[in-house]
Amino acid sequence: MVVMSDIFVQGMQMLLVLLLAPLLTGFVRKMKARLVRRQGASVFQPYRDLLRLLRKEVVLADNASWLFRVTPYVTFAAIWVAAALVPTFATGLLFNWTADLIAIVSLLGSARFFLALAGMDVGTSFGGIGASREVMIAALAEPAMLLVVFCIALVAGSTQLSTVANFVASSYVGLRVSLGMAVIALIMVALAENARIPVDNPATHLELTMVHEAMVLEYSGRHLAMIEFGAFLKLLLYISLIACVFLPWKIAVFGTGPLSYAVGAVAYLVKLAAAGFFLALFETATAKMRVFRVPQFLGAALMLGLLGTLLLFVSKSF
Amino acid sequence: MHSLAFDVSHTLAGGLVLISFMMLYQDRLYSLLNVFALHALVLALSVAWQAFIQDAPHLYVTAAIALVFKAIVIPVALHRIVMQLGIHRDIESAVGIGLTMLAGMGLVALSMVLMLRVTAEADPLAREDLAFALSVVLLGLLVMVTRRNAVSQVVGFMSLENGLVLAATGAKGMPLVVEISVAFSILIAFIVIGIFLFRIRERFDSVDVSALDDYRGERR
Repeated sequence: MVVMSDIFVQGMQMLLVLLLAPLLTGFVRKMKARLVRRQGASVFQPYRDLLRLLRKEVVLADNASWLFRVTPYVTFAAIWVAAALVPTFATGLLFNWTADLIAIVSLLGSARFFLALAGMDVGTSFGGIGASREVMIAALAEPAMLLVVFCIALVAGSTQLSTVANFVASSYVGLRVSLGMAVIALIMVALAENARIPVDNPATHLELTMVHEAMVLEYSGRHLAMIEFGAFLKLLLYISLIACVFLPWKIAVFGTGPLSYAVGAVAYLVKLAAAGFFLALFETATAKMRVFRVPQFLGAALMLGLLGTLLLFVSKSF
Repeated sequence: MHSLAFDVSHTLAGGLVLISFMMLYQDRLYSLLNVFALHALVLALSVAWQAFIQDAPHLYVTAAIALVFKAIVIPVALHRIVMQLGIHRDIESAVGIGLTMLAGMGLVALSMVLMLRVTAEADPLAREDLAFALSVVLLGLLVMVTRRNAVSQVVGFMSLENGLVLAATGAKGMPLVVEISVAFSILIAFIVIGIFLFRIRERFDSVDVSALDDYRGERR
């Protein structure tokens, strides 16, 4: 019986992330449009886009290999599993106990690896340049992400997200300068990984600047739908990760009744909306940086993560 | 275990180290001066907090000196010097920013390791303060070493002195006379450096100190 309810709640979470991800992206786009005094498309536009792409025929290049056809599903599956691992509205779900931060990083890393391979598969120059830029960004973002993980793990004594969330939600954690640095570093990494504005602008098709968009330029139809959906899910995943590690208030603890699950779900929606709003605000306020500035930006994130980890040794010194 | 006193002083001192890193990162002269003013402001807050938790009213005087002189007078004076001299406002650094950051990280790690070993029996608050202060001092030195521009070297020197003040306030029972004399010696040093800046500028049409090497007949 307990197992059944476990499976039910975990299934709810998997469905929830799937349903909310396009809405979040639509919300961010709407907010961005409103902030520059435009009407903007409806918040449900991403769902319509996905449906439209699913109905369309797939156009494949003659020399596309099986890798090119498999990649959209592989990346989508990896990102979906990773998103199901992050506690969104409740900790201690069925999958949460296998959810290691390092496992999430590696799932996202393998998704990106396949995408970069597929970008080079057809052999067009755009795919190659997109893949090489993506890998350059990833090579810098991943160490920064891992340092943030180490920092969190040293504070909470575990890399398991449920434990971390419960620990941070308890009153045991005081004012920690390391956690502050870790959250800024994680936000910077999230901006880079999701191809958001200071690093990349997926809304344009300008060949000088595009990174992610160049890599998936050859995709069409349902393949493109899968990749786009994966990108939406990834944004949701990073926001839930930040919310669960650094703002775990009102998140439901395992085994409490359905009421606390409902409270947790509402709190999660509020957190998502706030994060989406701040993301839109940040994106309208900043300009995209040059590709060659990106290493410095991510170097700063790496530095913050490293500094946070170092400072922990002093704060633990008694 | 986690008292608020420790947490706040930890946050302020850690913030000071972070601002030292921001100083390493800047490549514009004016933004460097602004970051320096922020550094001094955080220092003043940190010293005031130490005065509050140590119950040592004379430290408020130190905080006030830091606030007035370092956060307001010296940055404004440096702004005016830069404007009067009309020097280049982008800083040429001798080493790339990424490498400098890595070196800074190494210095912070070094000072942590050193201080935690040496002061094993000390009060945790003083110990943590000393470790941070040493890293601020070393980072100030790093700013001086990696910059070619004389004005940014002055800023490095001043931030180094901020680290000294942080160390002095972390230790209990530092007499006020010592702090005031340190503050005044820094002010004197600042005036002397200001005069030197004008002389260097007059002589070489630039405040890039590598011009001095050429003058001495050394090759870069």
